[in-house]
Amino acid sequence: MTTAPAPAPAATREAVGPTLIRLHQAGNDLVVVDADLGKSTSARKFRDEFPERFFTFGVAEQNMISAAAGFAAMGHTVFATTFAVFAEHAFDQLRMSVAQPNLDVKLVASHGGVSTGEDGASAQSIEDIAAMSSLPNFHVCVPADVVESEAIIEAAATTPGPFYVRTARPKTPVIYTDGARFELGKAHMLRDGGDVTIVACGLLVERAVTAAEHLAAEGIEARVLNMATIRPLDVAALEAAAADTGAIVVAEEHLNHTGLAAMCAHALATRNPVPMEFVGVDRYGESATWSEALEMMGLTPEGVAQAARQAVARK
Amino acid sequence: MTLATETPAELAGLTRRVRRHVVQMVYGAKSGHIGGSLSATDLMSVLYTKFLRHDPENPFWHERDRFIMSKGHCTPVHYALLAELGYFSTDELATFRRKGTRLQGHSILGKPPGVDNTAGALGMGLSFGLGLRLAQRLQGLEDSRVWVLMGDGEQNEGQVWEAAMAAAHHRAEGLFAVIDRNGIQNDDFTKTTMSSEPLDEKYRAFGWTVLSDLDGHDLKTIEQAYSWALDQRGAPVCLIFDTVKGKGVSFMEHNPSFHGAPPSDDEFKTAMAELADA
Repeated sequence: MTTAPAPAPAATREAVGPTLIRLHQAGNDLVVVDADLGKSTSARKFRDEFPERFFTFGVAEQNMISAAAGFAAMGHTVFATTFAVFAEHAFDQLRMSVAQPNLDVKLVASHGGVSTGEDGASAQSIEDIAAMSSLPNFHVCVPADVVESEAIIEAAATTPGPFYVRTARPKTPVIYTDGARFELGKAHMLRDGGDVTIVACGLLVERAVTAAEHLAAEGIEARVLNMATIRPLDVAALEAAAADTGAIVVAEEHLNHTGLAAMCAHALATRNPVPMEFVGVDRYGESATWSEALEMMGLTPEGVAQAARQAVARK
Repeated sequence: MTLATETPAELAGLTRRVRRHVVQMVYGAKSGHIGGSLSATDLMSVLYTKFLRHDPENPFWHERDRFIMSKGHCTPVHYALLAELGYFSTDELATFRRKGTRLQGHSILGKPPGVDNTAGALGMGLSFGLGLRLAQRLQGLEDSRVWVLMGDGEQNEGQVWEAAMAAAHHRAEGLFAVIDRNGIQNDDFTKTTMSSEPLDEKYRAFGWTVLSDLDGHDLKTIEQAYSWALDQRGAPVCLIFDTVKGKGVSFMEHNPSFHGAPPSDDEFKTAMAELADA
């Protein structure tokens, strides 16, 4: 038996255009709106197939989001695409035009996190998950690889209500080589272990798996949960992790004090507080390659492993 | 529809009833926006009774025209008109801004049925209306239109101009911006706080078809302007009406104090007397 060659690394943003094309061809009534970044988000591929259903609003995200809400109020499922930092630019529109009337606007924002790299601090969103998670009615998802990205976009297209999906710029390893395991609102356990749980999202999932392998060599068995859905949070998986492993690390490419880390700590504080450690961003980044930018923030397998050792030591 | 608005006298009677509801609602709730409701009463009454394709018996009729209340603080006039038109009982107007009411302080989409947008933060209605209009076109709804009512203070918001640019770019014929230019915003007169004039030249420069300096309280002028707008082709249309904030109540007219403040007991009595049918 020969092993299939590992798939080439791919960016989570690359799934956007092709998946939207497939979903519309499959009968979903999609409209795509764009703010002059369709080449980078890959949404422009949808325009090439369905030009009459692709609307560009120029470099004007606030107008784009409220207009997307108008399309949704007429019955369409609307995918709005831009970069994560520019999605933040339209926060008030996401709040009043989309979240309050609970409309079917699916905001898929690429270039999330410091891994946007060379463009520097203004282009590196480290607050977007906090902003979007603060909006009632919004689902918030972060895919760990391109395979999961496709599954999340499909879930967004077929689940009523607003979504925020954060994709990333760099090509990163494919984790789900045998197909996606994504289920909206559910964590996916990539590895089980009894000593500590590493909860991660996005590009930190692959790094958490590597960290768990390093820890295993030291005799520490780590459970790894891919928390691809941040809102609604899989509280049951967190409770089980706290009960089964007694220590939790949360790793994300975002500010910990307002991101997945804060939400996990909030969920566990009243249920089963156990020692927790956090791996994330605590300041604005700077220009560097995507992997250097992650390293500068300590978002490495070793950074995750060290946090796990600390959490275990506090048990 | 059983409401009689065929004759000028009947239409004028409707506007007086709506104005009385507005004053009563804000007085009863001890809060709410009287001035901008009274300035928009005539514009909205003519639109709803003579132009807007809608059905109070079937408020979610998909092909209806959409009226977008972008100046979402002026719910009193909207609720009063919807009630008069039969969307719900005028008795419910007394619940305005009270706990448990459907008649929220600022507009909520679908609450009550007949309200077609969520508003309160200014500047979003024209964008929302543009999305609706482009969707109508995509769906081939040839008879459907979108009317967006904005204030002149609202023109301060940058998003309005993003929408103005995009609506012209997409040649959004059938999208109508109606501006209630009463000259007063929250704190003071617009010319003191933030002048956005010349509005007509700005919209024209953005690619809109514009009619300006219209008397927003002359029912015949309003009717002719809407009729003219429906005949325009190839571009969105902006109608700029000069109105009087607080119109119909002498001491509220042109008075910045009545943007968002309720009348006192004495002021309420005087206002209702001035708005009584002859």
